[in-house]
Amino acid sequence: MNIFVLMKRTFDTEEKIVIANGKVNEDGAEFIINPYDEYAIEEAIQVRDKHGGEITVITVGNEDAEKELRTALAMGCDKAVLINVEDDVEEQDQYTTAKIIAEYLKDKQPDLILAGNVAIDGGSGQVGPRVAELLGISYVTTITKLDIDGGKVTIVRDVEGDEEIIEASLPLLVTAQQGLNEPRYPSLPGIMKAKKKPLEELELDDLDLEEDDVEAKTKTIEVFLPPKKEAGKILQGELADQVKELVTLLRTEAKVV
Amino acid sequence: MTKAVENVIKGGSFLIEDVPCERVFTPEDFTDEHKMIAKTTEEFVVNEVLPQLEHLENHEFDRSVKLLKQAGELGLLGADVPEEYGGLGLDKISSALIAEKMARAGGFSISHGAHVGIGSLPIVLFGTEEQKQKYLPALATGEKIAAYALTEPGSGSDALGAKTTAKLNAEGTHYILNGEKQWITNAGFADVFVVYAKVDGEHFSAFIVERDFPGVSTGTEEKKMGIKSSSTRTLILQDALVPKENLLGEVGKGHVIAFNILNIGRYKLGIGAVGGAKRALEITIQYANQRQQFKTPISKFTLTQEKFATMASRLYATESSVYRTVGLFEERMSQLDEEKAKDGKEIAKSIAEYAIECSLNKFFATETLDYVVDEGVQIHGGYGFMQEYEIERAYRDSRINRIFEGTNEINRLLVPGMYLRKATKGELPLLQKAQQLQEELMMLMPEEVGDGVLEQEKYLVRNAKKIALLVAGLAAQTFGPKLDKEQEILVNIADIVSNIYAMESALLRTEKAIQKSGVEKNKQKLLYTQIFCQEAFNEIEAHAKETIVAVEQGDTLRMMLSALRKLTRHTPINVIAKKREAAAALIEAERYIV
Repeated sequence: MNIFVLMKRTFDTEEKIVIANGKVNEDGAEFIINPYDEYAIEEAIQVRDKHGGEITVITVGNEDAEKELRTALAMGCDKAVLINVEDDVEEQDQYTTAKIIAEYLKDKQPDLILAGNVAIDGGSGQVGPRVAELLGISYVTTITKLDIDGGKVTIVRDVEGDEEIIEASLPLLVTAQQGLNEPRYPSLPGIMKAKKKPLEELELDDLDLEEDDVEAKTKTIEVFLPPKKEAGKILQGELADQVKELVTLLRTEAKVV
Repeated sequence: MTKAVENVIKGGSFLIEDVPCERVFTPEDFTDEHKMIAKTTEEFVVNEVLPQLEHLENHEFDRSVKLLKQAGELGLLGADVPEEYGGLGLDKISSALIAEKMARAGGFSISHGAHVGIGSLPIVLFGTEEQKQKYLPALATGEKIAAYALTEPGSGSDALGAKTTAKLNAEGTHYILNGEKQWITNAGFADVFVVYAKVDGEHFSAFIVERDFPGVSTGTEEKKMGIKSSSTRTLILQDALVPKENLLGEVGKGHVIAFNILNIGRYKLGIGAVGGAKRALEITIQYANQRQQFKTPISKFTLTQEKFATMASRLYATESSVYRTVGLFEERMSQLDEEKAKDGKEIAKSIAEYAIECSLNKFFATETLDYVVDEGVQIHGGYGFMQEYEIERAYRDSRINRIFEGTNEINRLLVPGMYLRKATKGELPLLQKAQQLQEELMMLMPEEVGDGVLEQEKYLVRNAKKIALLVAGLAAQTFGPKLDKEQEILVNIADIVSNIYAMESALLRTEKAIQKSGVEKNKQKLLYTQIFCQEAFNEIEAHAKETIVAVEQGDTLRMMLSALRKLTRHTPINVIAKKREAAAALIEAERYIV
């Protein structure tokens, strides 16, 4: 089976976000594989181990992402592709990423493509579905179970806490939701083997793409942090008075009713 | 000796020679693989070990065995075992990083360390081909667990005074071992023990003893102050039948194995202490940020900040020292030719070359850890005394580190002795350097220290080395061969040497980092270096003064004190201000950062 995983390098979940010059400051920050993409990688490995085949993990970014690709290889992926856009693309959005990935995949005849349900940074959840659209294949998002039997695929999908069971056929793109599996840590032998696995680096040129072809369709107007959490307030006095005060506060201060 | 080996830095030579910063290994030199290995270890500890820690603390050791097997599956037991025996044969930096990250698991890290270190390494380094093939694959996966049995009720620091005996049976097929080995880590579940016994009551030798051999049993579980997650029992040998081929090394050469393994045990403890101290500092800063008194988080008080900065600066010096030392082993081993690189005895030799550094790391790092957990409890206040708080366990777990693998006192006493031996054997030109210094002191002029980056620290390190030579030289002159009876003086010398190694390691690391990425990105490192060098130098001055006064009299005393005054002349930095600055970054990050 020809399996592809779409992976994004994101901020470590424990990093504090600092904004400088209208951008999130990346100086000295730790980066990780987007946790939802880790589920995708783990699932890909399990599918491959059961049905055979090869896993290629792909990312669009700069050379810093090599580290996360190596981690994916250490977990068990077979090959990695870094599409390095550092020199070519200034503003990048979900359209840009999806277009580049689809262009790369169009002649690769994928059987199964796995991606995270969302990235914990941008959180758009769009790249996976967009790639499927561009390739003209089916997709199912937020999956929590995947069974493949010949060409038939049975999927459990998380729908806001409920479950939906879907049957589909290959080729297919799925995006992973929490609960799909428990991602493994790269073992030490895995880490050592990863050094020798192929990691291909491509640029837009190699995909016959021009800058204009992938120009972002959206524009970031402003980047700001959520308001600082204020200390809570405990209301005092008779219950009836407290209720009155609460309603007043909800109207005047919080302005939610 | 080939040319390449001559080019290697000699053990202990830091005291009389300067190395350029490019020559030292620093944590900034970790490769991506190193970082991945560290991360896997950390995730294993956090996700698999810590959730079970309470059970482990209650001596549910079937869980320890299971966890060790899990660690084996991840490759966390095979770093030091060569590939041909089922291990990974990784570099020493990797195995050091595993030890550092494992430390957070408290007592379990002692189980792990005893298995991969002192338990397995005697076979890795000194085993015959048959012994390696028989034991190592199972040890590398965790299918079998190893332990190390040296200490006896009557012989601790005096290891060679062991009473356990071994006697070849009449058939000449088996050794019969009799005796008791005390406080054996992993004894509750270990399958393989490396045991020391005296053949015919005389020749100190090592044996591989399996738990299932007739006459082998273990005592009851000890009740310990800390590291309760590790099993500690007596190993009892009553006419234990050990096949002849399980003799490890040669008869009467057990001390070679014991001392080499001790070197490794010592530097590994130093690394574990770094990991433990980082964690203790992290939870303490987090606590101080959240705990309010007088309507203020206690981390806002400058006295708390002073403690954070002191802990972190000392930790920085420790971390720099231990990884510098591992880098020395690595450099030396990488210059062995292929055949020698596979010879355990050559590997042991590469480590033994740095026995001085191993001892220095052992006592300096374990005292850093003990200092950090102590202040950690202090900052936690009454809560730090309560078992619900992690720092309480860290405090108890820390204490043993100053005692095992040679007490810190023994390790201190060893340092001047090893130097003396190196000088007599002509390995280090200590005497020549000391004579040179005497001449230099006669006409010593105070040096103008520039105000460039690290210039003051370089000056302090330079002069500290001179002070060490001065003091050690005077002591050797006065007492001659009787110097080994003057334990207080020996320990003062060891402390001076230790501070020099730590100062210089911090200095070289910071210098290397600044060369690579500039001052701006290495401010925290610079602050730690400035703070630590100042405080260590103050200690050196005090130790030197005390020693000179004990060694000299009359006019010579006055002359030497005046020389010391010249060597210590400098304008101290404002440590209080530097500490506030360093603390601000720590409080912001809520963990040890560099």
